[in-house]
Amino acid sequence: MTDYNFAYLDEQTKRMIRRAILKGLAIPGYQVPFASREMPMPYGWGTGGVQVSAATLTPDDTLKVIDQGADDTTNAVSIRKFFEVTAGVTTTENTTEASVIQTRHRIPEAELRDDQILVYQVPIPEPLRFLEPRETETRKMHALEEYGLMHVKLYEDISQHGAIATSYAYPVKVEGRYVMDPSPIPKFDNPKLEMSAIQLFGAGREQRIYALPPYTKVESLDFEDYPFEATKADHACDMCGAENSYLDEVIMDDQGSRMFVCSDTDFCAGRQQAGHLGALAAVNAEDAA
Amino acid sequence: MTPLLKVQNIAKFYGNRIGCRDVNFDLYPGEVMGIVGESGSGKSTLLNCLAGHLVPDDGAVLFDTRTDGLKDTVTMPEPERRMLGRTDWAFVHQHARDGLRMNISAGGNVGERLMAVGARHYGNIRSDAIDWLGRVEINETRIDDHPTAFSGGMQQRLQIARNLVTGPRLVFMDEPTGGLDVSVQARLLDLLRGLVREMGLSAVIVTHDLAVVRLLADRLMVMKDGHVVETGLTDQVLDDPQHAYTQLLVSSVLQV
Repeated sequence: MTDYNFAYLDEQTKRMIRRAILKGLAIPGYQVPFASREMPMPYGWGTGGVQVSAATLTPDDTLKVIDQGADDTTNAVSIRKFFEVTAGVTTTENTTEASVIQTRHRIPEAELRDDQILVYQVPIPEPLRFLEPRETETRKMHALEEYGLMHVKLYEDISQHGAIATSYAYPVKVEGRYVMDPSPIPKFDNPKLEMSAIQLFGAGREQRIYALPPYTKVESLDFEDYPFEATKADHACDMCGAENSYLDEVIMDDQGSRMFVCSDTDFCAGRQQAGHLGALAAVNAEDAA
Repeated sequence: MTPLLKVQNIAKFYGNRIGCRDVNFDLYPGEVMGIVGESGSGKSTLLNCLAGHLVPDDGAVLFDTRTDGLKDTVTMPEPERRMLGRTDWAFVHQHARDGLRMNISAGGNVGERLMAVGARHYGNIRSDAIDWLGRVEINETRIDDHPTAFSGGMQQRLQIARNLVTGPRLVFMDEPTGGLDVSVQARLLDLLRGLVREMGLSAVIVTHDLAVVRLLADRLMVMKDGHVVETGLTDQVLDDPQHAYTQLLVSSVLQV
Protein backbone atom coordinates (compact mmCIF):
# COMPACT_ATOMS: atom_id res chain seq x y z
CA MET A 1 0.00 0.00 0.00
CA THR A 2 2.30 2.77 1.23
CA ASP A 3 5.63 3.35 2.89
CA TYR A 4 3.90 4.55 6.05
CA ASN A 5 3.50 2.37 9.08
CA PHE A 6 -0.17 1.52 9.58
CA ALA A 7 -2.01 4.75 10.53
CA TYR A 8 1.13 6.91 10.19
CA LEU A 9 2.46 6.67 13.77
CA ASP A 10 5.17 4.14 14.65
CA GLU A 11 4.22 1.24 16.91
CA GLN A 12 6.06 2.54 19.99
CA THR A 13 4.19 5.83 19.80
CA LYS A 14 0.88 4.03 19.45
CA ARG A 15 1.68 1.93 22.51
CA MET A 16 2.46 5.09 24.47
CA ILE A 17 -0.83 6.67 23.41
CA ARG A 18 -2.79 3.49 24.18
CA ARG A 19 -1.33 3.45 27.68
CA ALA A 20 -2.53 7.03 28.15
CA ILE A 21 -5.98 6.08 26.80
CA LEU A 22 -6.24 3.12 29.18
CA LYS A 23 -5.25 5.28 32.11
CA GLY A 24 -7.80 7.87 31.03
CA LEU A 25 -10.52 5.20 30.88
CA ALA A 26 -9.52 3.93 34.31
CA ILE A 27 -9.84 7.44 35.81
CA PRO A 28 -12.79 9.00 33.95
CA GLY A 29 -12.36 12.72 33.36
CA TYR A 30 -8.72 12.84 34.52
CA GLN A 31 -6.34 14.53 32.07
CA VAL A 32 -3.50 12.13 31.32
CA PRO A 33 -0.33 13.79 30.01
CA PHE A 34 1.17 12.11 26.93
CA ALA A 35 4.10 12.77 24.63
CA SER A 36 2.17 14.33 21.77
CA ARG A 37 3.95 13.90 18.44
CA GLU A 38 4.38 16.40 15.68
CA MET A 39 1.76 15.58 13.05
CA PRO A 40 1.70 16.62 9.38
CA MET A 41 -0.93 19.28 10.09
CA PRO A 42 -0.98 22.46 12.16
CA TYR A 43 -1.99 22.56 15.83
CA GLY A 44 -5.66 23.38 16.06
CA TRP A 45 -6.53 21.11 13.15
CA GLY A 46 -7.06 18.05 15.30
CA THR A 47 -3.56 16.75 15.98
CA GLY A 48 -4.71 15.29 19.30
CA GLY A 49 -7.75 13.58 17.84
CA VAL A 50 -5.71 12.21 14.93
CA GLN A 51 -3.16 10.66 17.28
CA VAL A 52 -5.87 9.05 19.40
CA SER A 53 -7.61 7.76 16.25
CA ALA A 54 -4.30 6.42 14.90
CA ALA A 55 -3.67 4.53 18.13
CA THR A 56 -7.24 3.20 18.16
CA LEU A 57 -7.69 2.13 14.53
CA THR A 58 -7.31 -1.47 13.37
CA PRO A 59 -7.27 -2.50 9.68
CA ASP A 60 -10.86 -3.79 10.00
CA ASP A 61 -12.25 -0.50 11.28
CA THR A 62 -14.53 1.82 9.36
CA LEU A 63 -13.74 5.47 9.96
CA LYS A 64 -15.99 8.50 9.89
CA VAL A 65 -14.71 12.05 10.39
CA ILE A 66 -16.97 14.98 11.15
CA ASP A 67 -16.30 18.66 11.68
CA GLN A 68 -19.10 20.68 13.36
CA GLY A 69 -21.38 17.80 12.41
CA ALA A 70 -20.53 17.89 8.71
CA ASP A 71 -18.68 15.23 6.73
CA ASP A 72 -17.73 17.52 3.86
CA THR A 73 -15.82 20.41 5.44
CA THR A 74 -12.08 20.94 4.92
CA ASN A 75 -10.98 19.55 8.26
CA ALA A 76 -13.12 16.42 7.97
CA VAL A 77 -12.17 15.76 4.34
CA SER A 78 -8.44 16.13 4.91
CA ILE A 79 -8.33 13.94 8.02
CA ARG A 80 -10.41 11.27 6.28
CA LYS A 81 -8.01 11.34 3.32
CA PHE A 82 -5.06 11.20 5.67
CA PHE A 83 -6.22 7.89 7.12
CA GLU A 84 -7.26 6.54 3.70
CA VAL A 85 -3.67 7.04 2.57
CA THR A 86 -1.77 6.06 5.73
CA ALA A 87 -4.02 3.30 7.12
CA GLY A 88 -6.01 2.17 4.12
CA VAL A 89 -9.11 1.72 6.27
CA THR A 90 -12.60 1.95 4.85
CA THR A 91 -14.21 5.33 5.39
CA THR A 92 -17.85 6.22 5.53
CA GLU A 93 -20.14 9.18 6.08
CA ASN A 94 -22.79 6.98 7.63
CA THR A 95 -22.82 7.20 11.44
CA THR A 96 -24.26 3.72 12.01
CA GLU A 97 -21.70 2.02 9.72
CA ALA A 98 -18.66 3.59 11.37
CA SER A 99 -16.73 1.86 14.13
CA VAL A 100 -14.44 4.81 14.90
CA ILE A 101 -15.77 8.36 14.59
CA GLN A 102 -13.42 11.31 14.94
CA THR A 103 -15.33 14.49 15.68
CA ARG A 104 -14.76 18.17 16.09
CA HIS A 105 -17.31 20.13 18.15
CA ARG A 106 -20.34 17.82 17.79
CA ILE A 107 -21.82 14.51 18.90
CA PRO A 108 -23.74 12.81 16.07
CA GLU A 109 -27.54 12.89 16.32
CA ALA A 110 -27.87 9.13 15.80
CA GLU A 111 -27.50 7.21 19.05
CA LEU A 112 -24.11 5.49 19.22
CA ARG A 113 -23.68 1.81 20.10
CA ASP A 114 -21.32 0.02 22.47
CA ASP A 115 -19.16 -1.22 19.56
CA GLN A 116 -18.31 2.31 18.46
CA ILE A 117 -15.61 4.72 19.59
CA LEU A 118 -16.04 8.49 19.48
CA VAL A 119 -12.79 10.51 19.34
CA TYR A 120 -12.93 14.25 20.12
CA GLN A 121 -10.49 16.91 19.00
CA VAL A 122 -9.83 19.15 21.99
CA PRO A 123 -8.26 22.62 21.78
CA ILE A 124 -7.98 23.38 25.53
CA PRO A 125 -8.51 20.42 27.86
CA GLU A 126 -8.34 22.39 31.11
CA PRO A 127 -11.81 23.65 32.13
CA LEU A 128 -10.29 25.94 34.76
CA ARG A 129 -7.75 27.51 32.40
CA PHE A 130 -9.40 30.88 31.81
CA LEU A 131 -10.05 31.32 35.52
CA GLU A 132 -6.69 30.14 36.80
CA PRO A 133 -3.77 30.50 34.40
CA ARG A 134 -1.24 28.53 36.51
CA GLU A 135 -1.02 24.86 35.52
CA THR A 136 0.52 23.91 38.89
CA GLU A 137 -2.49 25.45 40.61
CA THR A 138 -5.15 23.85 38.36
CA ARG A 139 -3.58 20.42 38.87
CA LYS A 140 -3.73 20.97 42.61
CA MET A 141 -7.34 22.08 42.35
CA HIS A 142 -8.23 18.89 40.46
CA ALA A 143 -6.32 16.77 42.95
CA LEU A 144 -8.07 18.37 45.93
CA GLU A 145 -11.47 18.66 44.23
CA GLU A 146 -11.54 22.44 44.67
CA TYR A 147 -14.04 23.32 41.99
CA GLY A 148 -15.70 26.41 43.49
CA LEU A 149 -14.06 28.56 40.83
CA MET A 150 -16.01 26.80 38.07
CA HIS A 151 -19.22 28.08 39.60
CA VAL A 152 -17.77 31.59 39.78
CA LYS A 153 -17.70 31.52 35.99
CA LEU A 154 -21.36 30.47 35.85
CA TYR A 155 -22.18 33.14 38.47
CA GLU A 156 -20.57 35.75 36.22
CA ASP A 157 -22.66 34.52 33.31
CA ILE A 158 -25.91 34.93 35.20
CA SER A 159 -24.98 38.32 36.66
CA GLN A 160 -24.09 39.66 33.22
CA HIS A 161 -26.63 37.96 30.98
CA GLY A 162 -29.44 36.89 33.29
CA ALA A 163 -28.89 33.23 32.41
CA ILE A 164 -25.99 30.83 32.04
CA ALA A 165 -24.74 32.12 28.70
CA THR A 166 -22.01 29.52 28.25
CA SER A 167 -23.31 27.70 25.19
CA TYR A 168 -20.42 25.44 24.24
CA ALA A 169 -17.57 23.72 26.11
CA TYR A 170 -20.00 23.62 29.02
CA PRO A 171 -18.20 22.18 32.08
CA VAL A 172 -19.32 18.80 33.39
CA LYS A 173 -18.59 16.72 36.48
CA VAL A 174 -17.69 13.12 35.76
CA GLU A 175 -18.84 10.39 38.19
CA GLY A 176 -19.03 12.98 40.96
CA ARG A 177 -15.28 13.54 40.84
CA TYR A 178 -13.39 15.32 38.05
CA VAL A 179 -14.63 18.48 36.39
CA MET A 180 -14.04 18.08 32.67
CA ASP A 181 -14.18 20.22 29.54
CA PRO A 182 -16.26 18.21 27.03
CA SER A 183 -14.42 20.02 24.16
CA PRO A 184 -16.33 22.81 22.39
CA ILE A 185 -19.49 20.80 21.71
CA PRO A 186 -22.71 22.83 22.03
CA LYS A 187 -24.36 22.39 25.41
CA PHE A 188 -27.24 20.81 23.46
CA ASP A 189 -24.98 17.74 23.21
CA ASN A 190 -24.10 17.58 26.92
CA PRO A 191 -26.88 15.14 27.91
CA LYS A 192 -25.63 12.79 25.16
CA LEU A 193 -22.25 12.43 26.93
CA GLU A 194 -23.84 9.59 28.91
CA MET A 195 -23.77 7.04 26.10
CA SER A 196 -22.98 3.42 25.21
CA ALA A 197 -19.90 4.20 23.10
CA ILE A 198 -16.40 4.81 24.42
CA GLN A 199 -15.48 8.51 24.25
CA LEU A 200 -11.84 9.55 23.95
CA PHE A 201 -10.57 13.14 24.04
CA GLY A 202 -7.21 14.13 22.52
CA ALA A 203 -5.52 17.53 22.88
CA GLY A 204 -2.36 17.57 20.73
CA ARG A 205 -0.86 20.94 21.50
CA GLU A 206 -1.69 20.68 25.22
CA GLN A 207 -0.50 17.04 25.31
CA ARG A 208 -3.44 15.63 27.23
CA ILE A 209 -5.73 12.64 26.75
CA TYR A 210 -8.87 11.97 28.76
CA ALA A 211 -11.76 9.61 28.39
CA LEU A 212 -15.30 8.64 29.33
CA PRO A 213 -16.02 4.91 29.57
CA PRO A 214 -19.50 3.79 28.41
CA TYR A 215 -22.43 4.72 30.68
CA THR A 216 -20.31 7.05 32.82
CA LYS A 217 -22.35 9.50 34.86
CA VAL A 218 -21.84 13.01 33.49
CA GLU A 219 -23.51 16.00 35.15
CA SER A 220 -23.50 19.50 33.69
CA LEU A 221 -22.68 22.06 36.41
CA ASP A 222 -25.41 24.53 37.35
CA PHE A 223 -27.11 26.41 40.19
CA GLU A 224 -30.16 25.16 42.09
CA ASP A 225 -32.17 28.17 40.94
CA TYR A 226 -30.62 28.26 37.44
CA PRO A 227 -30.63 24.63 36.31
CA PHE A 228 -28.75 23.40 33.25
CA GLU A 229 -30.66 23.64 29.99
CA ALA A 230 -29.69 22.02 26.69
CA THR A 231 -30.53 24.74 24.21
CA LYS A 232 -30.83 24.89 20.43
CA ALA A 233 -32.25 27.34 17.89
CA ASP A 234 -36.04 27.45 18.32
CA HIS A 235 -36.83 26.23 14.82
CA ALA A 236 -37.18 23.10 12.72
CA CYS A 237 -34.62 22.10 10.10
CA ASP A 238 -35.52 23.77 6.80
CA MET A 239 -34.17 20.83 4.80
CA CYS A 240 -35.46 17.76 6.62
CA GLY A 241 -38.01 19.19 9.06
CA ALA A 242 -36.36 17.64 12.14
CA GLU A 243 -37.36 19.45 15.34
CA ASN A 244 -35.02 17.74 17.77
CA SER A 245 -31.63 18.15 16.09
CA TYR A 246 -28.98 20.82 16.59
CA LEU A 247 -29.26 23.51 13.92
CA ASP A 248 -26.85 25.79 12.06
CA GLU A 249 -28.11 29.20 11.09
CA VAL A 250 -27.21 30.08 7.50
CA ILE A 251 -27.45 33.64 6.16
CA MET A 252 -28.87 33.43 2.63
CA ASP A 253 -28.47 36.88 1.09
CA ASP A 254 -27.69 40.53 1.76
CA GLN A 255 -31.27 41.14 2.90
CA GLY A 256 -30.67 39.05 5.98
CA SER A 257 -32.97 36.15 5.15
CA ARG A 258 -31.77 32.98 6.80
CA MET A 259 -32.39 29.28 7.03
CA PHE A 260 -31.79 26.71 9.71
CA VAL A 261 -30.31 23.34 8.79
CA CYS A 262 -29.16 20.33 10.80
CA SER A 263 -25.48 20.60 11.63
CA ASP A 264 -25.26 16.80 11.35
CA THR A 265 -25.19 16.36 7.54
CA ASP A 266 -25.52 12.56 7.64
CA PHE A 267 -28.60 12.75 9.88
CA CYS A 268 -30.19 15.40 7.64
CA ALA A 269 -29.49 13.56 4.37
CA GLY A 270 -30.84 10.32 5.84
CA ARG A 271 -34.12 12.00 6.81
CA GLN A 272 -34.49 13.63 3.41
CA GLN A 273 -33.99 10.27 1.71
CA ALA A 274 -36.67 8.81 3.96
CA GLY A 275 -39.04 11.44 2.62
CA HIS A 276 -39.03 14.08 5.39
CA LEU A 277 -38.94 17.53 3.92
CA GLY A 278 -38.50 20.91 5.59
CA ALA A 279 -39.96 24.31 4.73
CA LEU A 280 -37.25 25.28 2.24
CA ALA A 281 -36.40 21.84 0.82
CA ALA A 282 -38.51 22.34 -2.34
CA VAL A 283 -36.89 25.70 -3.08
CA ASN A 284 -33.51 24.11 -2.72
CA ALA A 285 -34.40 21.24 -5.10
CA GLU A 286 -35.50 23.76 -7.77
CA ASP A 287 -32.19 25.61 -7.45
CA ALA A 288 -30.32 22.36 -7.95
CA ALA A 289 -32.39 21.52 -11.04
CA MET B 1 -9.40 28.90 77.99
CA THR B 2 -7.81 27.28 74.93
CA PRO B 3 -5.95 29.69 72.72
CA LEU B 4 -7.24 29.94 69.15
CA LEU B 5 -3.73 29.98 67.79
CA LYS B 6 -0.63 28.73 69.53
CA VAL B 7 2.67 29.57 67.86
CA GLN B 8 5.70 27.61 69.05
CA ASN B 9 9.31 28.30 68.07
CA ILE B 10 8.59 29.26 64.48
CA ALA B 11 11.73 29.67 62.40
CA LYS B 12 12.20 30.29 58.70
CA PHE B 13 15.56 30.62 56.96
CA TYR B 14 16.37 31.80 53.49
CA GLY B 15 19.66 29.96 52.98
CA ASN B 16 21.99 31.43 55.59
CA ARG B 17 19.86 34.47 56.19
CA ILE B 18 17.26 34.48 58.92
CA GLY B 19 13.66 35.12 57.92
CA CYS B 20 12.40 34.88 61.45
CA ARG B 21 13.21 32.66 64.41
CA ASP B 22 12.19 31.75 67.95
CA VAL B 23 8.73 33.24 67.64
CA ASN B 24 6.29 32.17 70.34
CA PHE B 25 2.88 33.54 71.21
CA ASP B 26 -0.68 32.54 72.03
CA LEU B 27 -3.68 34.24 70.50
CA TYR B 28 -6.98 33.95 72.33
CA PRO B 29 -10.45 34.17 70.74
CA GLY B 30 -11.49 37.77 70.11
CA GLU B 31 -7.97 39.06 70.51
CA VAL B 32 -6.10 41.18 67.98
CA MET B 33 -2.34 40.84 67.83
CA GLY B 34 -0.23 43.46 66.10
CA ILE B 35 3.22 42.76 64.70
CA VAL B 36 5.33 45.84 63.99
CA GLY B 37 8.87 46.32 62.82
CA GLU B 38 10.86 47.90 60.02
CA SER B 39 11.03 46.59 56.46
CA GLY B 40 12.92 43.28 56.31
CA SER B 41 12.39 42.50 59.98
CA GLY B 42 10.59 39.26 59.16
CA LYS B 43 7.00 40.37 59.79
CA SER B 44 5.61 39.18 56.48
CA THR B 45 7.66 35.98 56.55
CA LEU B 46 6.19 35.21 59.95
CA LEU B 47 2.65 35.96 58.79
CA ASN B 48 3.05 33.76 55.73
CA CYS B 49 4.34 30.92 57.91
CA LEU B 50 1.34 31.25 60.20
CA ALA B 51 -1.14 31.34 57.31
CA GLY B 52 0.38 28.31 55.61
CA HIS B 53 1.70 30.16 52.57
CA LEU B 54 5.27 29.35 53.56
CA VAL B 55 6.49 26.19 55.24
CA PRO B 56 8.45 27.09 58.36
CA ASP B 57 11.78 25.29 58.86
CA ASP B 58 11.08 24.68 62.51
CA GLY B 59 8.30 24.97 65.04
CA ALA B 60 4.57 24.43 65.16
CA VAL B 61 1.45 26.50 64.52
CA LEU B 62 -1.42 25.01 66.50
CA PHE B 63 -4.92 26.08 65.56
CA ASP B 64 -8.05 25.31 67.55
CA THR B 65 -10.03 23.48 64.83
CA ARG B 66 -13.79 23.06 65.20
CA THR B 67 -13.64 19.27 65.11
CA ASP B 68 -10.33 18.13 66.63
CA GLY B 69 -9.29 20.99 68.89
CA LEU B 70 -5.68 22.18 68.78
CA LYS B 71 -3.95 20.84 65.70
CA ASP B 72 -0.60 21.61 64.08
CA THR B 73 -1.32 23.29 60.75
CA VAL B 74 2.27 22.85 59.55
CA THR B 75 2.04 19.06 59.53
CA MET B 76 -1.66 18.70 58.74
CA PRO B 77 -2.50 17.34 55.25
CA GLU B 78 -2.68 19.96 52.55
CA PRO B 79 -6.40 19.52 51.72
CA GLU B 80 -7.26 20.17 55.35
CA ARG B 81 -5.02 23.25 55.50
CA ARG B 82 -6.49 24.65 52.29
CA MET B 83 -9.96 24.00 53.66
CA LEU B 84 -9.06 26.07 56.73
CA GLY B 85 -7.75 28.72 54.36
CA ARG B 86 -11.19 29.20 52.86
CA THR B 87 -13.37 28.67 55.91
CA ASP B 88 -11.98 29.55 59.34
CA TRP B 89 -9.08 31.65 58.10
CA ALA B 90 -8.94 34.77 56.03
CA PHE B 91 -5.97 36.55 54.53
CA VAL B 92 -6.03 40.23 53.63
CA HIS B 93 -3.16 41.17 51.33
CA GLN B 94 -1.42 44.52 51.30
CA HIS B 95 -2.19 44.99 47.62
CA ALA B 96 -5.86 44.32 46.96
CA ARG B 97 -5.06 43.00 43.51
CA ASP B 98 -3.15 40.09 45.06
CA GLY B 99 -6.22 39.06 46.98
CA LEU B 100 -8.90 39.77 44.38
CA ARG B 101 -9.69 38.29 41.00
CA MET B 102 -9.47 41.39 38.89
CA ASN B 103 -11.33 39.98 35.87
CA ILE B 104 -14.35 38.90 37.89
CA SER B 105 -17.14 41.19 39.13
CA ALA B 106 -17.33 42.38 42.74
CA GLY B 107 -20.23 40.01 43.42
CA GLY B 108 -18.29 37.06 42.00
CA ASN B 109 -15.31 37.96 44.14
CA VAL B 110 -17.40 37.96 47.31
CA GLY B 111 -19.27 34.83 46.25
CA GLU B 112 -16.18 32.79 45.42
CA ARG B 113 -15.53 31.62 48.97
CA LEU B 114 -19.21 30.71 49.39
CA MET B 115 -19.13 28.65 46.20
CA ALA B 116 -15.82 27.11 47.27
CA VAL B 117 -17.51 25.68 50.36
CA GLY B 118 -20.47 24.37 48.38
CA ALA B 119 -23.06 27.16 47.98
CA ARG B 120 -25.04 26.33 44.83
CA HIS B 121 -27.98 28.71 44.99
CA TYR B 122 -27.43 31.81 42.86
CA GLY B 123 -30.06 33.93 44.61
CA ASN B 124 -28.62 33.27 48.08
CA ILE B 125 -25.04 33.86 46.97
CA ARG B 126 -26.06 37.14 45.41
CA SER B 127 -27.98 38.38 48.44
CA ASP B 128 -25.05 37.46 50.70
CA ALA B 129 -22.76 39.38 48.36
CA ILE B 130 -25.05 42.43 48.45
CA ASP B 131 -25.23 42.22 52.23
CA TRP B 132 -21.45 42.15 52.53
CA LEU B 133 -20.87 44.94 50.02
CA GLY B 134 -23.17 47.04 52.20
CA ARG B 135 -21.24 46.19 55.34
CA VAL B 136 -18.01 47.42 53.78
CA GLU B 137 -19.75 50.54 52.45
CA ILE B 138 -19.72 49.66 48.77
CA ASN B 139 -22.89 50.65 46.95
CA GLU B 140 -25.07 47.73 45.84
CA THR B 141 -25.18 49.15 42.31
CA ARG B 142 -21.48 48.36 41.92
CA ILE B 143 -22.00 44.62 42.40
CA ASP B 144 -21.48 43.75 38.73
CA ASP B 145 -18.51 46.08 38.21
CA HIS B 146 -15.02 44.66 37.99
CA PRO B 147 -12.57 45.61 40.75
CA THR B 148 -10.45 47.35 38.10
CA ALA B 149 -13.15 50.04 38.07
CA PHE B 150 -12.80 50.55 41.85
CA SER B 151 -10.56 52.99 43.72
CA GLY B 152 -7.74 51.63 45.89
CA GLY B 153 -9.75 52.04 49.07
CA MET B 154 -12.80 50.32 47.59
CA GLN B 155 -10.65 47.45 46.33
CA GLN B 156 -9.27 47.00 49.82
CA ARG B 157 -12.78 47.01 51.33
CA LEU B 158 -13.92 44.54 48.68
CA GLN B 159 -11.04 42.27 49.60
CA ILE B 160 -12.11 42.42 53.23
CA ALA B 161 -15.74 41.59 52.32
CA ARG B 162 -14.57 38.67 50.18
CA ASN B 163 -12.56 37.31 53.09
CA LEU B 164 -15.12 37.73 55.84
CA VAL B 165 -18.14 36.39 53.97
CA THR B 166 -17.68 32.82 55.21
CA GLY B 167 -17.48 34.00 58.82
CA PRO B 168 -13.84 33.13 59.57
CA ARG B 169 -12.56 33.02 63.14
CA LEU B 170 -9.02 34.16 62.42
CA VAL B 171 -7.94 36.90 60.03
CA PHE B 172 -4.37 37.49 58.89
CA MET B 173 -3.73 41.00 57.62
CA ASP B 174 -0.60 42.11 55.86
CA GLU B 175 -0.38 45.92 55.91
CA PRO B 176 -4.12 46.35 55.27
CA THR B 177 -3.81 50.14 55.04
CA GLY B 178 -0.59 50.33 53.03
CA GLY B 179 -0.76 52.55 49.97
CA LEU B 180 -4.00 54.30 50.95
CA ASP B 181 -4.27 58.01 51.68
CA VAL B 182 -4.83 59.00 55.29
CA SER B 183 -8.53 59.81 55.16
CA VAL B 184 -9.28 56.51 53.42
CA GLN B 185 -7.03 54.76 55.95
CA ALA B 186 -9.03 56.25 58.78
CA ARG B 187 -12.33 55.03 57.35
CA LEU B 188 -10.90 51.59 56.66
CA LEU B 189 -9.57 51.32 60.19
CA ASP B 190 -12.92 52.39 61.55
CA LEU B 191 -14.62 49.74 59.46
CA LEU B 192 -12.13 47.05 60.46
CA ARG B 193 -12.46 47.89 64.13
CA GLY B 194 -16.23 47.67 63.85
CA LEU B 195 -16.15 44.31 62.05
CA VAL B 196 -13.56 42.80 64.39
CA ARG B 197 -15.58 43.76 67.46
CA GLU B 198 -18.96 42.89 65.98
CA MET B 199 -17.93 39.44 64.70
CA GLY B 200 -15.64 38.69 67.64
CA LEU B 201 -12.79 38.02 65.25
CA SER B 202 -9.28 37.20 66.22
CA ALA B 203 -6.67 38.79 64.02
CA VAL B 204 -2.96 38.95 63.42
CA ILE B 205 -2.09 42.29 61.85
CA VAL B 206 1.30 43.00 60.36
CA THR B 207 2.08 46.64 59.79
CA HIS B 208 4.73 49.30 60.15
CA ASP B 209 2.12 51.93 60.90
CA LEU B 210 1.93 52.39 64.66
CA ALA B 211 -1.40 54.21 64.40
CA VAL B 212 -2.98 51.07 62.98
CA VAL B 213 -1.95 48.91 65.90
CA ARG B 214 -2.81 51.61 68.40
CA LEU B 215 -6.38 51.54 67.09
CA LEU B 216 -6.85 47.84 66.41
CA ALA B 217 -4.45 45.69 68.39
CA ASP B 218 -4.83 44.48 71.97
CA ARG B 219 -1.31 43.19 72.11
CA LEU B 220 1.84 44.08 70.27
CA MET B 221 4.93 42.26 69.16
CA VAL B 222 7.96 44.23 67.95
CA MET B 223 10.30 42.50 65.53
CA LYS B 224 13.81 43.31 64.39
CA ASP B 225 16.15 41.24 62.20
CA GLY B 226 13.89 38.22 62.43
CA HIS B 227 13.67 38.23 66.22
CA VAL B 228 10.93 39.37 68.55
CA VAL B 229 12.49 42.11 70.69
CA GLU B 230 9.53 43.17 72.75
CA THR B 231 5.97 42.06 73.47
CA GLY B 232 3.19 43.39 75.63
CA LEU B 233 -0.10 45.23 75.72
CA THR B 234 -0.26 47.76 72.91
CA ASP B 235 -0.55 50.86 75.09
CA GLN B 236 2.18 49.60 77.40
CA VAL B 237 4.64 48.98 74.56
CA LEU B 238 3.89 52.22 72.77
CA ASP B 239 3.83 54.47 75.86
CA ASP B 240 6.68 52.87 77.75
CA PRO B 241 8.98 51.17 75.26
CA GLN B 242 11.79 49.19 76.90
CA HIS B 243 13.94 47.96 74.04
CA ALA B 244 16.18 50.45 72.25
CA TYR B 245 14.70 49.60 68.88
CA THR B 246 11.12 50.06 70.11
CA GLN B 247 12.11 53.42 71.56
CA LEU B 248 13.52 54.40 68.19
CA LEU B 249 10.41 53.18 66.43
CA VAL B 250 8.05 55.08 68.71
CA SER B 251 10.08 58.28 68.55
CA SER B 252 10.28 58.10 64.75
CA VAL B 253 6.58 58.86 64.38
CA LEU B 254 6.12 62.40 63.19
CA GLN B 255 3.90 64.42 65.52
CA VAL B 256 1.65 66.83 63.70
